[in-house]
Amino acid sequence: MPKYEPVLLKNILTPGYAGDLAAYERAGGYQAIRKVLKEYQPEQVIDLVKRSGLRGRGGAGFPTGTKWSFIPKDPSVPKYLCVNADESEPGTFKDRELIERDPHQMIEGTLIAAYAIGAKVAYIYIRGEFTLGAKVLARALDEARAKGYIGTNVCGSGREIQVWLHRGAGAYICGEETALIESIEGKRGLPRAKPPFPAINGLYQRPTVVNNVETLGNLPHIINRGVEWYTSLGTAKSPGTRIFSVSGHVNRPGNYEVPLGIPLRELIEEHAGGVRNGHRIKAIIPGGASAAFFTPEHLDVKLDFESVAQAGSMLGSGGVTIMDETTCMVWAAYNLMGFFHHESCGKCTPCREGSGWLHTILGRIEHGEGRAEDLAQLEHLCGNIAGKTVCAFGDAEVAPVLSTLKHFREEYEAHIREKRCPMGERVLAHAGH
Amino acid sequence: MLSEAAKTRIQELFPRYPDKRSCTLAALRIAQKEQGYISEEAMADIGVLLELTPVQVYETATFYTMFTLQPVGKYLIQVCRTLSCALVGAGSLIRHLEQKLGITAGETTPDGLFTLKKVECLAGCGAGPMMQINDEYYEYLTTDKVDRILEDLRRDGKSSLASGPFLIPLQMA
Ligand SMILES: Cc1cc2nc3c(=O)[nH]c(=O)nc-3n(C[C@H](O)[C@H](O)[C@H](O)COP(=O)(O)O)c2cc1C
Ligand code: SF4
Ligand code: FES
Repeated sequence: MPKYEPVLLKNILTPGYAGDLAAYERAGGYQAIRKVLKEYQPEQVIDLVKRSGLRGRGGAGFPTGTKWSFIPKDPSVPKYLCVNADESEPGTFKDRELIERDPHQMIEGTLIAAYAIGAKVAYIYIRGEFTLGAKVLARALDEARAKGYIGTNVCGSGREIQVWLHRGAGAYICGEETALIESIEGKRGLPRAKPPFPAINGLYQRPTVVNNVETLGNLPHIINRGVEWYTSLGTAKSPGTRIFSVSGHVNRPGNYEVPLGIPLRELIEEHAGGVRNGHRIKAIIPGGASAAFFTPEHLDVKLDFESVAQAGSMLGSGGVTIMDETTCMVWAAYNLMGFFHHESCGKCTPCREGSGWLHTILGRIEHGEGRAEDLAQLEHLCGNIAGKTVCAFGDAEVAPVLSTLKHFREEYEAHIREKRCPMGERVLAHAGH
Repeated sequence: MLSEAAKTRIQELFPRYPDKRSCTLAALRIAQKEQGYISEEAMADIGVLLELTPVQVYETATFYTMFTLQPVGKYLIQVCRTLSCALVGAGSLIRHLEQKLGITAGETTPDGLFTLKKVECLAGCGAGPMMQINDEYYEYLTTDKVDRILEDLRRDGKSSLASGPFLIPLQMA
């Protein structure tokens, strides 16, 4: 089936690939870091990655090379790299596969990034629930240390790069970069106000870069195969491939790596096997729970950062959730709001209180107790949350509400008018809080 | 109280960080592993070890959902209730577990064996419905599979139905 050449998933999709150091090296692994240490100054790596156009795969899609270039060059200032392996965005499960099945790829990417920004220490922040991932990574780090890829003299270059595993303990917000930093410092994961940005004042008040697992996984390939090859994949402004995590009502849920810019329809119908049991698509979340819902009218939208944003949502984490016509959209928004209410860190009042109110109102509409004024109330609340909080979580929590209100308003109205969920009492509701 | 072995394991982490406080999460995890939950005494010990006030340890311990300050059952069953899993049957699975165990989510069975909790997305969305029991993930769940897992745990303390390294879609041989 693979219609496109997999890049990040190539090893994983090779039958018998065990993911240990020997297997990774046999597949050409750790050539890129050797090359970088021998042939490139850090500046040149940054320049190369800038020219590749690589954009962050963690959520915001910020150009990676540009982000690195904000790090001060003064060699006397300690700098840090944090690997964001927190993966908690509902609908997203790509980093887990990259970690559990090909840990060395992300470790090599980590070493390249650390070298580029001049960091002697990198911390891999892995979400607490990933027990298996933590085990796999710990073993891989030991292997890489024993072989001299990590330590005081990386590949005999005289460079020091230490990489440590740091496990989280269950908090979605710790995926937000400044909350992640606070969490590594041993505190509650409360996002910091920006500016100052981590590039100037991050972990332990030092210049810090936070990069996603998939972002880093791209680096060895960009080094090995060059900028021209990389930019031949994807679109001009969104080069490369992307791993989409497809879940929900499809026949073949899974992680699919495709060039950026393929139509949403192709991802769903050709790769994920189409909608289950001959049902029809009703709604699609294109980029994790924080992204606005799409409808079947959006199936021809191209999956790249610009096109998805232009169509009113975002590519975000690459988590694509499909809902067929048996799904109640009020219920879907209510379910997600349960998530946001539970995971709000509580630092800002609009988010802490607002998420609770949104959850309550959505719940009463779904349960047939909605009031005529509720829809205006929801919109009013959303308007007082988005853009008024310390971190982007506030914007995220209103996206499911505003987009379902926009595309499926008549469904909300039917709930209120008929004083019940038109889909009937379903066991789905049991998954509530 | 933290054992000496636990204290040593925490101290071994110090060289990784410029600041001992960074070991808080690891220390709490080690304490919880040892006692099944995090006691006030353990938090006090961690405070001494990491040179933190009791409040600094407590505020961190209470922020993260994986830390429990009260004892829980021998098997902590955490079922994902978030959208992708809910779309493919997490709701009926939770209802089945509640009936099977005779408790509602949030409770522990009278014999202290099972605690049932609903939790948020665990990054198993494409393999849902799914749950985590202690350190293991269980995916592609059906009510039958859940019954077998519970039986396995009761009988052997483990189950071969736990998920291995993630690979989805499953590659057909
Ligand atoms: C509420 C919130 C949660 C986030 N969760 C994650 C996450 O789980 N994993 C991740 O890589 N980025 C997450 N991000 C994005 C990070 O803040 C950050 O942009 C990213 O790690 C940067 O890496 P990149 O440039 O390689 O994408 C989250 C952002 C927000 C606002
Ligand atoms: S927006 Fe929400 S999650 Fe973000 S800092 Fe404020 S309260 Fe915390
Ligand atoms: S929605 Fe259940 S694991 Fe993600």
